[in-house]
This record gives sequence, C-alpha cells and structure tokens, in this order.
Amino acid sequence: MSTERMPLNTTMLNELESGPWPSFVTDLKEYSKKRPVIAQLLNQLEESYQNKWNYWQGKILNAPGYGGGIIARVSDKASKYPGLANFHTVRVIEPPGWVYSTDALRNLADIAEKNGAGILQFHGMSGDVLLLGFDDAGSLQCAEDLMSNGWDIGGSGAAMRTLQCCVGQARCEMACYDTMKMTKHITDTFIHYLHRPEFVYKFKFKLSGCPNDCSNAIVRSDMPIIGTWRGDMQVNQAKVAEFIEQKGMEYLIDNVLTRCPTRCLSVRGKELVVDNSDCVRCMHCINVMHKALKPGKDRGATILVGGKRTLKIGDTMGSVLVPFVKLETDEDRSNFTDFVEKVWEFWNDNGMDHERIGEFIYRIGMLTFLKGVEIEPDPRMISRPRTTSYIKFEELGPSRFEGERVQNPPVWNRESESRESL
Amino acid sequence: MSQPTLAPRDQGAPDYTKYLHPLMAKNYGKWDYHERLRPGVLVHVAENGDKLYTVRAGSPRTMSADTVRKVCAIADKYCEGHLRFTTRSNIEFLVGKKENLDPLIQAVEKDLGWPLGGTGPSVSNISHTQGWLHCNLPGSDAAGSVKALMDDLIHDFKHEELPNRVHISSSCCQINCASHGDISIIVQHHHPPRINHKNMQICELPKVVAICPAAAIRPAVVDGVETVEVVEEKCMYCGACHGQCPSMEIRDAQTDTLSIWVGGKMSNARSAPTFMKLAVWGIPNNPPRWPEVSAAVKIILKAYKEGGKPWERLGEWIERIGWQRFFEKTGFPFTRYHIDDSPEALSTLNRSAMLRL
Repeated sequence: MSTERMPLNTTMLNELESGPWPSFVTDLKEYSKKRPVIAQLLNQLEESYQNKWNYWQGKILNAPGYGGGIIARVSDKASKYPGLANFHTVRVIEPPGWVYSTDALRNLADIAEKNGAGILQFHGMSGDVLLLGFDDAGSLQCAEDLMSNGWDIGGSGAAMRTLQCCVGQARCEMACYDTMKMTKHITDTFIHYLHRPEFVYKFKFKLSGCPNDCSNAIVRSDMPIIGTWRGDMQVNQAKVAEFIEQKGMEYLIDNVLTRCPTRCLSVRGKELVVDNSDCVRCMHCINVMHKALKPGKDRGATILVGGKRTLKIGDTMGSVLVPFVKLETDEDRSNFTDFVEKVWEFWNDNGMDHERIGEFIYRIGMLTFLKGVEIEPDPRMISRPRTTSYIKFEELGPSRFEGERVQNPPVWNRESESRESL
Repeated sequence: MSQPTLAPRDQGAPDYTKYLHPLMAKNYGKWDYHERLRPGVLVHVAENGDKLYTVRAGSPRTMSADTVRKVCAIADKYCEGHLRFTTRSNIEFLVGKKENLDPLIQAVEKDLGWPLGGTGPSVSNISHTQGWLHCNLPGSDAAGSVKALMDDLIHDFKHEELPNRVHISSSCCQINCASHGDISIIVQHHHPPRINHKNMQICELPKVVAICPAAAIRPAVVDGVETVEVVEEKCMYCGACHGQCPSMEIRDAQTDTLSIWVGGKMSNARSAPTFMKLAVWGIPNNPPRWPEVSAAVKIILKAYKEGGKPWERLGEWIERIGWQRFFEKTGFPFTRYHIDDSPEALSTLNRSAMLRL
C-alpha cells in the first residue's frame, strides 16, 4: 500500500463532521494521516455521495481450508485509488455476548492495523466483528494472525453463520439459560459448518435469555432460542407492597394489570395474585416490577424455527418448534445439537438451492416438516387450528389394497402425543 | 512477515470467560435486579449485594484502530479493563467502583465525544448496514445516514421521555440486513434490472433464475449470448437477482428513493412480535444528511410521544389508535400502495365491521 497520503477531497463528507453524534468521518480523516489508504477510501466514498453511486464489486477469496469469512471487495475506481484495488473485510467470530477485555480489543486493533487499513466495526448485523481493508495477502495473513491469537474467522455464504446472543446470565437477572455458554457450544460443535458452506443456504442462530429477545432472535434467525420457564413465576409480596407504596395503586393497575395480555394478574390488598396457568411468559410485568417479580425456577428455552427478513417469500417470523427444553447440563446442550443435525439433514436433503428453512417450511408445510424432523404436533405451535377443511386424514381413508389395516377406532378420542424434551 | 501456515484450525468462539468483568464472573447467573440511575447509566445488583455499573454510550460502530485504543485506555482507567457492545451497536463500559462513575462519564463525553443514553424509553443507536463504505449492493449510505439522523434525534437518545424504547434500523438496499425496527428506513428501487448481457457469463445463470421471488427471470439468448431476460410485468424491483449477479443492475441514482416503515417489534412483552409496516414512501435519497428522512422520523416520534401510553411500543400505540389515526396524526398520505398485495395480503385487510367513523 502506498505511503503517500493523497489530498482529501471530501466536501460532502465534511458535512458529517458537525453535530453531537460521533463522526466516523472525523475519525477516519484523522487516522488517514497514519494510514494513507484511508484517504483513498474517503475520497471514493465522497464520489459515492456526489454521484449517489456505489463503486464496490465482490469477488471470492478464501483462506485455504476455509470456505467463508472473507468478504472480498474490489473497487471500480482502482485506477484512481490503487489502494482500494483489493480492500476486503474479514469477519471475526465475536466473544459471545460481545464482552471484551481491553487486551482482546487491542489485539484486534493491532491485527487489523498490521495487515490492512485498520478499520474495525462493532459489530456486523450477523454479530461478527468486522475488520476492513485488506488486500489478498493481507487478508490471509490477518486470518493467520487471528487464529494464532485465539480468534477464528466468521461465517459467510450458504453456511451456518456466526451466532449472536444477549448478555444473558453474565449481567441480567432475567436470563433463563446460559446464552453465552450455549452460543459457544453451538459454534464450537458446528464450527465445520460455519467455515465450509455446504448447506442449501445460510442458517442463523440467535439466542436470547428471555422473551424480551434482546438479540432479536425471532425475526432475524433461522433458529431462535428464547429463554423461558415452566410453572409459577417468582413473586416477592413484600417488594410488591413496596412497589405499590412507591408508584401507587393506579400505576399498578394501568401499567401492569391491564397490560397483561392474558389478564392473569389481579391485586388483593397489596398482594399480587398471579394465575400462572394463564401466563404466557411475555415478560411485561417482570420488566416493570423486576425487583418484585422474577421468572420461575424451572428454566429452559423455547426453540423456534424459520425467522428471516423479506427475500424471497416475504417476512417469516420464527414459530414454535419445541415449546420447552432444559439447557442446563452438557447433556442438554448436546441433545440440542444432535437435534439440530436432524433438522439440517431434512432441510438440506429436501430444500431447494437458496431456500432458507422458513421458506422451505412455507413450501412443504409445517405438517410435513414436523414429520421430517420427527417432532410431534403440539397446540403451542399454532395460534389457531386450520380453517380449510380439505384434509387428507391418513387414518380415515379406505384401505388402498386388500388387507391394509386402516386405523380403527377413529382418532377423536385418541390421546394427544406431546413431549417435553428433544 | 512470516509465511502464513494457513492451516484451518477451527478454533470456534473465543473463550468469553476470560473477557467477563470480574463482577460478572463472580455473580454469573446470580443477578437480582437493576435500576437506571440516569439516562445511559445502569446499575445491576447481585444477590450478594455486589453492584456493577454500566455506562452506555452511542458508538459510531465504524472505528479506526486508534479510536479502539482510546476506548481501551478509558476502560483500563475506570473499568478494570472490561467493556461490551450491544445488539444496537451501543458501547457499554462496565464499572465495578462507584467512584469511577463520574470520571468515566466525563472521559466518555468529553475525551471520546460519545453521548450517553440509549437506555429505557429512549431512541437507541441505529442498527445499520455497510452502505457505500464497503458493500457491493447499496443504493444509499448507512454509516453516514445514521450519523446524520442520530444528530437530529440526539435529544431522544439522551433523554428517557418516550412511552417506551424505540429501535431504529437503516438498510441501504431491499435485502434489508438491518431488519425490522420500531422505525426502519429502506432503499426502494423503481424499475427492473438493467441486464449487461455481455457480462452475464460470470455468474451461474440457474442461480439468477432461481433467486427471483416473482419468477420473472428466464433464460434467453441475446445476440448469440446465453443470458437471461426479465418479464417486466412480473418484476417487483426487489434486486434479489442483483445480489446474485452484478450484471443485473437494479440501482438507479436518479430514481431510487427511501421509504419508512413502522411498528416492528421483536420483544414478546405485552403483545406478540410484529413486522414493520409501510408508513411513508418516495423520500429522496439525499446525501450527505438526508434531511427529509430526519423530518419524517421526527414527525413519527412526536406523534408517538404525544399519543403513546407508558410502555406502549410504537406499533402497539398505532394498533390501539388505528392506522387511520396514525395517518391523520402524522399527516402522511394514505395511498393505494399501503394496501398489501403480497402473499400475506388477505390477513392485513380489515376483516370486520369495526371502524372509526
């Protein structure tokens, strides 16, 4: 990379230097004194601003043995800005919960600066740390330096993507399972699938410790894992009384009782009465009265499936696949990853190219999907039963050949089949 | 420079236990409750009474190595060398000693120049994408438009005066990497892709055909070259093909616009999670400061601040007052394009006789 800094020509970008919000333009302009290639980057960005046009193209570059993690970018304006001819991003798997020591952060800054432009982003929309501005050799050396310093590169392409989780039990009283440990477990167990794209399309996990879903799992991941609990929530009546004294009864009625989606809260004197059988674990009352109320003690998670943004069939929200699993022991965690392998096998055997699992379920139907992954139907998977009456009841048709045993008695009094573990 | 060995090592996620603040490690899974001391400052109290303070500030997300080092110097001085980031790219300094709180706040606000806030019922930092800085598909910028918008929304980042939290996301193409938010800004294209037939063979044509959600792309031979054609009546200008193949150019500097969507919510609190809905379209893509976007977002926030009841998220407020009144209160025109014609469309119609007349 050249050592001479070209003059900055950033008339429009300069307008992003004023105002109270921190300016990446000011930061990068200052830094360009040390890293001259940044001046080329800013000048190209200025041209994008002037012309409302983008000058980056993609290409494919991988560290040997890896199939993803380097997002290669080449500039259309490389003749004018030779430093941008190859200016790639390296994705780095972030520490679960995005917790850092300053040593770790400095190490990332040093690796980014030594091998490339020295621009870092905390974090990409998939959760990774993004290091920007490496040429081909610099990207590979960066990957090497990351690995020899205990880091690993993140996912891209039709692979398991880098995971993302909330801060969980490290600093939150609401977390119903250890999101960080689970994130590390899934990442490490399936690291092969993260580094080598071999699925029909991408697959994302996001983990949240409670239904507040701070990691935005339900709509941003193919398999949201959202903490929850069974049985009664914990109520500290002394602190309920304290809450009422401080905030007043009206506040309790207006902002807690009437905001409960299933009206399972009522008040008797200064005591909160909870009909736990109707509680849907929405978290609202706990959010408002978090000193007095807590999730129950029998904790675990709900596994959902199929969340993604709009391409191609429109938005899909994750929907319930397994209502409750315990995620406390190593065995619980490995049961989960075994289950995921079964889901992946069915999806990858039957999914079409470029078909996310939510789109796959949309195409084949949840019934077929449940059969494929060997999960029994459960009323908690639906918001209402079907309304279309055209149904192929396997049990009720005539025998298709002589001697075929048709199920009898009919299913109307059959016991429902559901289970509580994977 | 040593010769890279480049053997894949598949090391996996970093060992986070090394990075936990000592009070986090000590009280892992044993937190009792938390309080907001002031906007941007939280205290988490453990069962044994330990207190961990968090100072949350807006980060620009994109940082030079030197800025990262500046952040580290501050965290070394006041935070026992520990910090974290949030889903919405806020930075959180973790403080074990209360006496470090004020000097830390001073250092973050004055030396670093990053504002405190984003806690409780406020506007949090904006989730955003790469934009012109480093993506191959963007129709607009991300880091710059976020900077300009947060400058204009700074009061509501630093103060907790809204009915509930507001998550904003900003995406620079229709793939919408930044996803749903209470308020979300998206680029919108207005004509089918322009195909560069000469350059079509660089991609796999079956993939370009298969990616189209409208089944509008089919194989064709143009001037003796195997390429594709687009059935223009079917095309909905999503740009999925452009993500697959750079020769299917969907962007247009002259005609691309921005639209604003409202009412996305991922938390389960009170009501089930919801997708965001179209509020206003046809906003000019106007760098460097996108003033029309700021104006529209401010109109939405003002109406929400005035009309929302405590704890109501933006979408919940609109569901309560009805979309008709949302359009009245914001002054945004309700147009034919607000009526959905996607596969989900029927469920978005008012299938009742319940109306405000």
